[in-house]
Amino acid sequence: MSTDFNQTHFALFGLTPCFRLDPATLDRAWRAAASEVHPDRYAQAGAAEQRVALMLSTRVNEAYRTLKAPLDRARYLLGLQGVDTGEETNTSMPTDFLMAQIEWREEIEDASAQHDAEALDQLASKLRHEISELQASLATALDDSGDLDLAAVLVRKLRFMEKLEQEIDNASEDALS
Amino acid sequence: MALLQIAEPGLSPLPHQHRNAIGIDLGTTNSLVATVKSGSVSVLPDSTGHCLLPSVVRYLDSQGAVDVGHTAQYEQNSDPSNTIVSVKRMMGRGLGDIDAIGALPYRFVDAPGMAQLVTRAGTKSPVEISAEILRALKLRAEASLTGDIVGAVITVPAYFDDAQRQATKDAAQLAGLNVLRLLNEPTAAAIAYGLDNGSEGIYVVYDLGGGTFDVSVLKLSRGVFEVMATSGDSALGGDDFDHRIYCWALEQASLSGLNPSDSRRLLSCARNCKELLSEQLETRLTALLSDGQTVDLNLTQSDFRAISHTLVTKTLLPVKKALRDAGISVSEVKGVVMVGGATRMPQIQQVVAEYFGQAPLNNLDPDTVVAQGAAIQANMLAGNKQGDDWLLLDVIPLSLGLETMGGLTEKIIPRNSTIPVARAQEFTTFKDGQTAMTIHVLQGERELVSDCRSLARFVLRGIPPMVAGAARIRVTFQVDADGLLSVAAQEQTSGVTASIEVKPSYGLNDNDISRMLSDSLTHVRNDIDARKLREAEVGAISLMDTAQTAIARDGELLDPAEREQIELALANTRAAISSQNTRQINEAVSHLNHITEPFAERRMNKNIQRALRGQNIGEL
Repeated sequence: MSTDFNQTHFALFGLTPCFRLDPATLDRAWRAAASEVHPDRYAQAGAAEQRVALMLSTRVNEAYRTLKAPLDRARYLLGLQGVDTGEETNTSMPTDFLMAQIEWREEIEDASAQHDAEALDQLASKLRHEISELQASLATALDDSGDLDLAAVLVRKLRFMEKLEQEIDNASEDALS
Repeated sequence: MALLQIAEPGLSPLPHQHRNAIGIDLGTTNSLVATVKSGSVSVLPDSTGHCLLPSVVRYLDSQGAVDVGHTAQYEQNSDPSNTIVSVKRMMGRGLGDIDAIGALPYRFVDAPGMAQLVTRAGTKSPVEISAEILRALKLRAEASLTGDIVGAVITVPAYFDDAQRQATKDAAQLAGLNVLRLLNEPTAAAIAYGLDNGSEGIYVVYDLGGGTFDVSVLKLSRGVFEVMATSGDSALGGDDFDHRIYCWALEQASLSGLNPSDSRRLLSCARNCKELLSEQLETRLTALLSDGQTVDLNLTQSDFRAISHTLVTKTLLPVKKALRDAGISVSEVKGVVMVGGATRMPQIQQVVAEYFGQAPLNNLDPDTVVAQGAAIQANMLAGNKQGDDWLLLDVIPLSLGLETMGGLTEKIIPRNSTIPVARAQEFTTFKDGQTAMTIHVLQGERELVSDCRSLARFVLRGIPPMVAGAARIRVTFQVDADGLLSVAAQEQTSGVTASIEVKPSYGLNDNDISRMLSDSLTHVRNDIDARKLREAEVGAISLMDTAQTAIARDGELLDPAEREQIELALANTRAAISSQNTRQINEAVSHLNHITEPFAERRMNKNIQRALRGQNIGEL
């Protein structure tokens, strides 16, 4: 395979690697790249080109998905700098963080058991607020201070928060139906 | 390897030559075919001027002769068990999946994955029955177009799962159509609507058809149609409203145990009443049953509202889910495009207006808009140059995953991922010395395997014996632009592989398809061999043309050795064409394709870079 598959997601879109990525710029770059390689552009082409178009547009979509989601983007940036976030192995978290997690879970379970869509919405917005604070710290650690160890801790915390978000989502869906 | 098209996307090798392509809306109740002629879309009528072809197939004799459309529909009450209506609801579905199966006047037999029907022409699968409808539309198109039809875009409900999509594609293949793309119905409507109105912003398409309900949230900007999220119910549609009236009538007239013919008659009356109630406040339901009994009832619009209330509310759930998945609030929606004949019901119009706080958009014909969108995309995919350059970015409607320990589903690709998409995950063995692993592919959102749809099962064999947990089996899911899945598994330490195109779940394999295909082709006395040779020849010539043009344009991307190899493959293809041997031509073409793949990739990468440069300049 050509070296282009080793190109970073940022380079693929002609972007400078950083956490504070302008979403509109990323969207534009994705659309421009996707326009070039989408299989629809090669519907009348031969099998080889269709295969390549499928491969490249899959690659472009994957790069976009990774860079678009803040947690994935942070993990990817750390990976580029050789830092493993150790989310599967490193489970030691600060006690106060773990206590807060237990509280979150109890609140979600209560609201979920009562099919209380409104309470779940409130929890979701409170969670979004905490997530954006963590993301702001992450931006500082990655783009300004270059404190990669701190960034890895923040990624692990955000991973927990994202799981909570998923739980609230599932509970809200049940409450809707 | 039409390399030429890399530099000029959408340009056919002979730009002045129009290539016929059609768009087909294969609906539950009605089907249509449309095409783009001299730059404008037209829905093609039959010889009597009807555009809508009722999706009804009647088997006339044991030889398999059929009537399709109006003529079949006229006989549905007198010959119900041989006259198949709403076959779309059975596509890719097992007996247990078909709702209200008791009310249907057919004799079903269960078959692996998909129910089949017993008719006087023998046992027929929904794929074969759908192929009859597609064949009728193909004949209609051939009668009104000069020259060959290069391909068709067939629409499917966005919420169709992999089995239903694959069944649709197989039906088209069986009808002798080259499928350019399977296109989601709401997306097709958005293309027709958006291009017609030059719309920008976030739009919702609310598509209530005869048997399926879809809702899609799209972002339209600068010629890109980006589907943000889609949701729906592939077993909810206008038919269910008919069924509510039917049940109401049974109850009012204290009837039970109707024979198939009476049951069909009463359902037809119910459907008539439903349509009339879109125009008037009350109507009479009158039916003469075979035992001489008369059913004569008065139905008002408000009674109809009351008995169908739960169905109407049921459509709002997918609407809410789609908005949530798209991360969009109701106030951000610029317009709601109404699609499908069933959206004519006043109670539907009302609930949509109330939910979105704005009048829904009804300015396109809800019956034909999907076929129109399909025709526009078919025209583009056939390589006909058109005025506006536009691109479609669609998503998969349901998550795809695998069965893991304890009957649980592990999601690999989440719903609403933009296609094409691929994702890989590693699994391991759970017993010492385990040499095989079953890969069970699932689609759906639920945690339990039993609540998801089983798409395929295959076995990876030949794993070298190791202690439990030591093997590393990488499973890769790839979804193509039609939304169809293929799965590959590889044991990483030994390189043992297994893969599958997720297909045979419902019992039709490639051999069945080609047998049915050759049966149907013999039926119309087509010379398959001559046709295959001609197709191979045309394909080879066009491939050679484009390869040469590509070398002329981008030859500098090749080193001398690569270039020599390609020249050799070209000469080889030329020789194969003069041999007039189909297999030899196909082999030469496949070799030429293979050898030019790295070249194609370099050219495409070059084009991405060029596109991004162009864009950055545009921003300055």
